[in-house]
Amino acid sequence: MNERLLEVFTSNGLITAFAAVGLLMLVCNLISKHLTAGRIHGSAIAIAAGLVLSYIGGVSTGGEDGLADIALFSGLGLMGGSMLRDFAIVATAFGVDVRELKKAGMNGVIALFVGLLVPFTLGAIVAYLFGYTDPVAVTTIGAGAATYIVGPVTGTAIGAGSDLIALSIAIGLVKSISVMIVTPIVARSISLNNPSAALVFGGMMGTTSGVAGGLAATDARLVPYGAMTATFYTGLGCLLGPSLFYLVVRALLGG
Amino acid sequence: MVIYGVALLAACMLVGNLIGELIGMAIGVTSNVGGVGLAMLLLVFMVYRLQQAGCLDMSSRRGVEFWSSLYIPIVVAMAASQNVVGAVTGGPVALVGGLLVVAVSFALVPVIANLGNGKYAVPLDDLEHDDQDDAEARHE
Repeated sequence: MNERLLEVFTSNGLITAFAAVGLLMLVCNLISKHLTAGRIHGSAIAIAAGLVLSYIGGVSTGGEDGLADIALFSGLGLMGGSMLRDFAIVATAFGVDVRELKKAGMNGVIALFVGLLVPFTLGAIVAYLFGYTDPVAVTTIGAGAATYIVGPVTGTAIGAGSDLIALSIAIGLVKSISVMIVTPIVARSISLNNPSAALVFGGMMGTTSGVAGGLAATDARLVPYGAMTATFYTGLGCLLGPSLFYLVVRALLGG
Repeated sequence: MVIYGVALLAACMLVGNLIGELIGMAIGVTSNVGGVGLAMLLLVFMVYRLQQAGCLDMSSRRGVEFWSSLYIPIVVAMAASQNVVGAVTGGPVALVGGLLVVAVSFALVPVIANLGNGKYAVPLDDLEHDDQDDAEARHE
């Protein structure tokens, strides 16, 4: 009888994944609200929890797809797979208002390019120093240092393994959480108190959840400005990561 | 209709990926070059044009907004289905890289913001900031 009941979940894999992720996010939002006083967004906690569950799934099954290797949660592979992931990421560009973006002006554009170039370069150097010499690995980790979206999208495009993609999510997550925590503390000293600076800030940091969380704790009215350039950053990162950045890394490392 | 929005989104993603494949072929790599990024730029452009033409009604917007709001849950599902065990061996990379990038990026924000204020001043009259705002923000 147990098997028959279990089949309700396994034969509706994607639906089970929706329910499971929804439950996980509910728990993480409660943790965010009550244990961190909203300082760390529920989304960041949920992604971290996802990585931990993935680790548990990997250890218990010996497979390579984290929690999705457990039959009950196999739908997570479809829900978090590249098709639906890219679809949802493209949809976030809907929030970008071209007229507002023009307000960012030249400094916003400079921030976007510098904001991408710096983490790409630093992430790639750190990866190299830790012994990753394969161009695909260096590129994926460097892209992860941009955001936990640019990393996996770049990694998938250039054929990186799941372990590298997990690493690029982790590095992007460290960045996202640090931005959330540090922003309200240093806001004053970096003059982050006007929409113009918020637009630059979003373009420099790029991590949409980190920027939105950090600005919400600084001054909630700055959030739309920062989030908008951060969304643009994601698009630009997904464009440059698997193309220009990968080609430069490949040319430098050979392969 | 909601499906119009979903279809617009789908069309942008497909066209973006097609162009990405073509660029990949042109420069001789086996990967899709920037398809997602191109799709995002395409969607921004299409939404802008359709709004100008008044062709984007509320329910069509909802079709795109729904998928946009599923973004974080889908990322959570993605995180939960990766080979984290394989990644853990390289754990310190994530921590060192992430923190280093954040430190340098924060240091650069005032530099770039000042650069813009000096040369390309942006008039902002829709939101004036004063001490009262700071007080409000702190109360939240």
